[in-house]
Amino acid sequence: MIKKLTLSAVAALGLMAGAAQAAGDAAPIDDVNFTFEGPFGTYNQFQLQRGLQVYTEVCAACHGLKQVPLRTLADSDGVGLPEDQVRAYAARTFRVFDAELQAERPATPNDYFPDSMIENAPDLSLMAKSRAGFSGPYGTGINQFFKGMGGPEYISAILTSYTGVQMEQAGTVLYENTAFPGGWISMAPPLTAQAVEYADGHPTTLQAHAQDVSAFLMWAAEPKMMARKQTGFLAVTFLVLLTVLLYLTNKRLWAPHKARNRVE
Amino acid sequence: MAGIPHDPYEPKTGAEKWLHKRLPIVALLYDTLMIPTPKNLNWMWIWGVILVFTLVLMLATGIPLAMHYTPHVDLAFASIEHIMRDVNGGHMLRYLHANGASLFFFAVYIHMFRGLYYGSYKSPREVTWIIGMLIYFAMMATAFMGYVLPWGQMSFWGATVITGLFGAIPLVGESIQTWLLGGPAVDNATLNRFFSLHYLLPFVIVALVLVHVWAFHSTGNSNPTGVEVRRDSKEIAKKDTLPFWPYFVMKDLFALGVVLIVFFAIVGFMPNYLGHPDNYIEANPLVTPAHIVPEWYFLPFYAILRAFTADVWVVQIVSFLTGGIIDAKFFGVLAMFAAILVIALAPWLDTSSVRSGRYRPMLKWWFALLVVDFIVLTWAGAMPAEPPYSTISLIGSTYWFAYFLVILPLLGVIEKPGTPPATIEDDYNAHYPKAASQDAPPAE
Repeated sequence: MIKKLTLSAVAALGLMAGAAQAAGDAAPIDDVNFTFEGPFGTYNQFQLQRGLQVYTEVCAACHGLKQVPLRTLADSDGVGLPEDQVRAYAARTFRVFDAELQAERPATPNDYFPDSMIENAPDLSLMAKSRAGFSGPYGTGINQFFKGMGGPEYISAILTSYTGVQMEQAGTVLYENTAFPGGWISMAPPLTAQAVEYADGHPTTLQAHAQDVSAFLMWAAEPKMMARKQTGFLAVTFLVLLTVLLYLTNKRLWAPHKARNRVE
Repeated sequence: MAGIPHDPYEPKTGAEKWLHKRLPIVALLYDTLMIPTPKNLNWMWIWGVILVFTLVLMLATGIPLAMHYTPHVDLAFASIEHIMRDVNGGHMLRYLHANGASLFFFAVYIHMFRGLYYGSYKSPREVTWIIGMLIYFAMMATAFMGYVLPWGQMSFWGATVITGLFGAIPLVGESIQTWLLGGPAVDNATLNRFFSLHYLLPFVIVALVLVHVWAFHSTGNSNPTGVEVRRDSKEIAKKDTLPFWPYFVMKDLFALGVVLIVFFAIVGFMPNYLGHPDNYIEANPLVTPAHIVPEWYFLPFYAILRAFTADVWVVQIVSFLTGGIIDAKFFGVLAMFAAILVIALAPWLDTSSVRSGRYRPMLKWWFALLVVDFIVLTWAGAMPAEPPYSTISLIGSTYWFAYFLVILPLLGVIEKPGTPPATIEDDYNAHYPKAASQDAPPAE
């Protein structure tokens, strides 16, 4: 039995090695204790609303969220804005080109967030899932197993890791950023402390801004996370019960055929 | 079925008799389900049923996914996001399907290594083994094409690299590559045909699985001792076996429950752990990712592919002998396919008179090393192709081939195998000895 357990453990390690693919070559990223981590973690609605505010007032100037429908801002598992507020937010914040009217009109909840405003600003819809903050050690994927993939941590680290040094290369200004692979990023430092004024009186440090918008982008990338974890929890609970019953059934079924119980 | 004597199906009711005369389908199901199964099977014999379950899971999740997916380069990526965000339960369907592929390969590797250790591939089960290898090959093709469908960066660049392998074939390579892709590069035509084939191949796998089951139901299951079931009479066969239903169905269902607990925990709580983050970036032919890596289940063979670089002396000799027709790239491709082929040839490469590794003192160690080698290759395949990983890959690849081509044939000659028990019944009773108290008369 021990041999088999060892075999399974070794095989599981092999599985983990797969996650090593996500290894990047940037500086180590700090782990942030987000509320949505772990099997029971949930989004903090207030944090997502603050993050939406940071996105709207800062990031949206350049970056789009084209995969995210505006109506999902009303999802109770996510940002959870009341529907009238979503309608007002859409109309006030974005204008879309209506193919039927052949003209621009204010956005409605049925529209999506717009594309990026400038060409080399990547769309942020899936940014929190398309980056991995953690890797290793030695390509084993153990860090990602315990800390998560580290997408939101990566975003947060990028926003807070500017050193203030900049240089010009082939007509482009590059900014030194210790979290960015290669160390130089073409995005100017977007966030400062007090960049956004929160209505709920939450601290407006650079760290707080960065974490709020990272949490919001995690929701944007994985809006069904809470439903998924619920399904996972239900499935695991049900399977544990079923497996215990199957174990007992199997044991009872085989008992007469095992010599120490056999009546001869 | 043929082989082990057992009670045949007797139609009892009028309706059963009526149907049996016209189509003995109930008899077929009865014989399949009631097949006498060696009663000493251990927990390594559960993976077949888990694989059948996984195949059904992949079909059950894949078919609704196909209803919402759009195989077009401009729409594929967005249609996946539509599934993840708008389709009822779509995020679960997709995560079950994506992680189901990992479960599939995890189970198939244990299933294959079980066969290698217990000598399940040996006569008379060579056909079962070969069909199993065909299933594995079809699984690899299906999984590879399925990974291209989300049209992320890794999809696109993985497809470019892997189809590029065919381009390494001398003379006709480029034509074959163009023919496979439906154009000069990975593009809409490629995506469309991959979608079509990704839907077709699973049904080919279903057919192969039926033949696989048919084959080992004809020979009877192998078992940990490698000793055949006695077939002198029904009564004697019954001493070695128990019917598949209900004994092994229950045992396998319990094992399936344990496996599914882990599987659903991964799907529910860390569904992206086994995937590559780059695949959440839409495919862009103008931007090459820093590291192009396949999914974990291809990594051992990817490591073998990359191990044979131009500075390896074997490659240089072969290249010299063939006048440069087999260059390093083509050598790597040949090595990768050969690494899979040698597994299929195991029945003819293994010369030992004893079937099960349990009674082969030397094979035990070489086999353990093969398992370690496989894990090391998996790891090396994920690392960049530079020292020391390239050297580790080369050593690992060498051992892989050495195991099948040198060690298996040689061990049959130099190894002194132990003596397996005379019958399965002996082995089984040795596992469950009569307790001493049972011999004494009951106290009350």
